[in-house]
Amino acid sequence: MTDGALPVADALEWAVLPSCGAVVTFCGTVRDHSEGRDGVTSLEYECYPEHATERLAAVAGSARSRWPGTGRVALLHRVGELSLGEVSVVVVVSAPHRAEAFEAARHCIDTLKATVPIWKREHWSGGSDWARCAHDLLGTTDVP
Amino acid sequence: MARVRLFGPAREAAGTAVDELPGDAVGELLDAACSRYGPRFTLVLERSAVWVNGEPAGRDAPVCAGDEVAVLPPVSGG
Repeated sequence: MTDGALPVADALEWAVLPSCGAVVTFCGTVRDHSEGRDGVTSLEYECYPEHATERLAAVAGSARSRWPGTGRVALLHRVGELSLGEVSVVVVVSAPHRAEAFEAARHCIDTLKATVPIWKREHWSGGSDWARCAHDLLGTTDVP
Repeated sequence: MARVRLFGPAREAAGTAVDELPGDAVGELLDAACSRYGPRFTLVLERSAVWVNGEPAGRDAPVCAGDEVAVLPPVSGG
């Protein structure tokens, strides 16, 4: 968790291992619209700082237990205010083969969105409000 | 008195991010929060998870001085 720009290239480089032939990188970026809202100009993220990082680590652990061959897992998330196009979240997973790298990365972003205490506020010209696409907070082991 | 942490829509509805509230169990403390912050907070609370010291807790869970009770509305990371 950081209020600075996410080091996507560094995460990718760190994930490369001799035993891994696949690295999947997912970046979530700030988009100009959301459910029922056009003209979104920026997003503002806040988290429960004392527990967000440990929940991210639990997401990585959950991917490792499902795909034991996983090499490295990097999960990074921004807090604070972000403009259009900025990267808000990064998932990098390396694995011996591409199938498990893609599946584990997909699991990581889906589980992160459901289990890490982070909240997003959307700003548009003339207003701001909390994101409508919010999920009830789950435990890491509750995610299917 | 336990320390209460409020996030996102719960923080906004309560008008504060941190508070101290009385109660020997989570439920008593949340009732105190609803009477202090009003109906808008009560609505947010209905959909929120509640943690004590970082772990999910039900209304019957005991609360001691020094515990941290957090109100966590539906999350929207990513």
